[in-house]
Amino acid sequence: MNSLNFLKSNKQNFYYFLYLGLFLFSISILDVAINAFLKINITSFLPGILSIFLPLILGFVGLNFIRTEYSGIKSLDIINKNINTNNFNAILTLLIIFAIIKATPPSLSWMIFDANISGDTKEACTGTGACWTYVKVWFRRFMYGMYPNDLHWRINLAFILVIALGFFGFFLRDNLKKYLALYYVIIYPIIAFLVIYYLISGGAFGLVWVETGAWGGLSLTFIVSFFCLIFCFPLGMVLALGRRSSLPMIRYISIGYIEFWRGVPLITVLFMSSVMFPMFLPEDFFMDKLVRVIIAITLFEGAYCAEVIRGGLQALPRGQYDAAKSLGMGYWKMHIFVILPQALKLVIPGICNTFLALVKDTPLIFVVGLAELAGMLALAKTNPKWLGFAMEGYIFAAIIFWIICYAMSKYSYNLEAKYKTER
Amino acid sequence: MSEPIIKIENVNKWFGDFQVLKDINLDVSAKQKIVVCGPSGSGKSTLIRCINRLEEHQKGTIVVDGTELSENTKNIEQIRAEVGMVFQQFNLFPHLSILDNCTLAPIWVKKMPKKEAQELAMKQLEQVQIADQANKFPGQLSGGQQQRSAIARALCMQPKIMLFDEPTSALDPEMIKEVLDAMVNLAKGGMTMIVVTHEMGFAKEVADEVIFMDEGMIVEKAETKEFFANPKSDRTKLFLSQIL
Repeated sequence: MNSLNFLKSNKQNFYYFLYLGLFLFSISILDVAINAFLKINITSFLPGILSIFLPLILGFVGLNFIRTEYSGIKSLDIINKNINTNNFNAILTLLIIFAIIKATPPSLSWMIFDANISGDTKEACTGTGACWTYVKVWFRRFMYGMYPNDLHWRINLAFILVIALGFFGFFLRDNLKKYLALYYVIIYPIIAFLVIYYLISGGAFGLVWVETGAWGGLSLTFIVSFFCLIFCFPLGMVLALGRRSSLPMIRYISIGYIEFWRGVPLITVLFMSSVMFPMFLPEDFFMDKLVRVIIAITLFEGAYCAEVIRGGLQALPRGQYDAAKSLGMGYWKMHIFVILPQALKLVIPGICNTFLALVKDTPLIFVVGLAELAGMLALAKTNPKWLGFAMEGYIFAAIIFWIICYAMSKYSYNLEAKYKTER
Repeated sequence: MSEPIIKIENVNKWFGDFQVLKDINLDVSAKQKIVVCGPSGSGKSTLIRCINRLEEHQKGTIVVDGTELSENTKNIEQIRAEVGMVFQQFNLFPHLSILDNCTLAPIWVKKMPKKEAQELAMKQLEQVQIADQANKFPGQLSGGQQQRSAIARALCMQPKIMLFDEPTSALDPEMIKEVLDAMVNLAKGGMTMIVVTHEMGFAKEVADEVIFMDEGMIVEKAETKEFFANPKSDRTKLFLSQIL
């Protein structure tokens, strides 16, 4: 009856099984790795099918051997509990490990070992791998768009100033802290706008005028995202409060606004802003395309923000409203000191979600002729001198976007932790 | 008897089709302590929530300290600043420390200087014996401590009237006493109080009058001793027999 028991470890032979299991498991990994990296098939003497499945079989037996209820060895227990709980999981684990090993050498050699980065022309790319020369040559275009090369310092300086002003709030003296919200919601956007307008656009203080059509690349991604973010948040807040207002007029306007903007695709909004909107304006009135686009995205994302914030408002118990009212606070005092601080804290993950989506939506402004990072890629890949390198460009853009978005989500986790309170 | 500080005349209120308050008449004079009791759903919480207009009444008049409650928001805010309220669920602001909970309204509603507000808050927290917890957050305190903080917070507005809406119903039995002690102290200090509670011991100790409500009506209103010694209506007798 216990004839199969010799295949299971017990107290006496536990270590034999452990070592044997680890040995078999290592062999199976090694086999796949050698196969993938050195292209040598050490099991080629076996018949075809067996040769293919041998690592899987060996690994499976190995994992089966090291699987015990509780061994007392910490790392072994972690492995057993997480990736080796039963035969099915063991096989899944092995397959995933094999897949990763198999995929590593080709991607590494494409991205690094066989890749080229030297030279300045397409002809320098002789290897079979990626042609990073392309990204290198176009790097300034990807960052600054068609902005004149010798004026790039203006963009850099503007960004440094805007970031520095953003941190300014942290160094305010304690007795000025109560104006912090005012600073960030009203003063900061205005100053940032002026800095970006005068430094990047120029046309004053002896700086050469550069029209917004020449702006582009990552710097334009930042400019559009930045202004949309700081404007859509207060807009969302006002709409969320409006939607819960007891005044029917304000409530219906808010609902109408939110449902309208949530119902139309962003791409049509952008088209409208650049094609239709100018038709309704008086002839001598001119509004820059970039400004129109920023306004359009802000109005659009404001509706999403509003619904996220409304979720936070609804999550608050009614008692908080009662308590604030019973202390004699009016509508604004109640919301500013009691309701919004709690509600906004609750919606940090949702707001972060909306903001990430906004940043990743900015490439859509390409449809109205503004080329931010992804747009510059689309232009660059059609350049006759550099045909055929779309892949490198898009991988580059993906990495940049990932870094931006990951940084944002990390920051939102920080905020969550910072403002966490026990209820 | 002097002019009543709260005058409730023929007050009616409906939630949809359901009538919660039916022709309520009640006068409360300054420094009087009134306990309101009754089965759940009898409208007692609604009644005291009408006094600071957390609920609107649809018919009749309520006059608090010479000001009639109406649509006028300025009046309402002024009355609310004079009428403190303590809730069943404490309703402290969880994002503020106990001290900030207490100073928030005095600073922003009464425009009191911050330092003065803090001194006042510490004094009130001292009164309810919780001054050592001033810098903690509500979530870090026990239920009894939270409710005492809530009382201190209401007192920081230096109200003329205090409303208590089942202040001990959400507490563990052993914490009820500490909250009731704080309320007894307050009563002895001469505060005008309207208390909705099932704590009949508290009613016997401090109340001048006890009101029994059922189905939105005041069924019986009598001086405390009289109320417990020989209640008149059968409904009151039944209620008292179940609760005592």
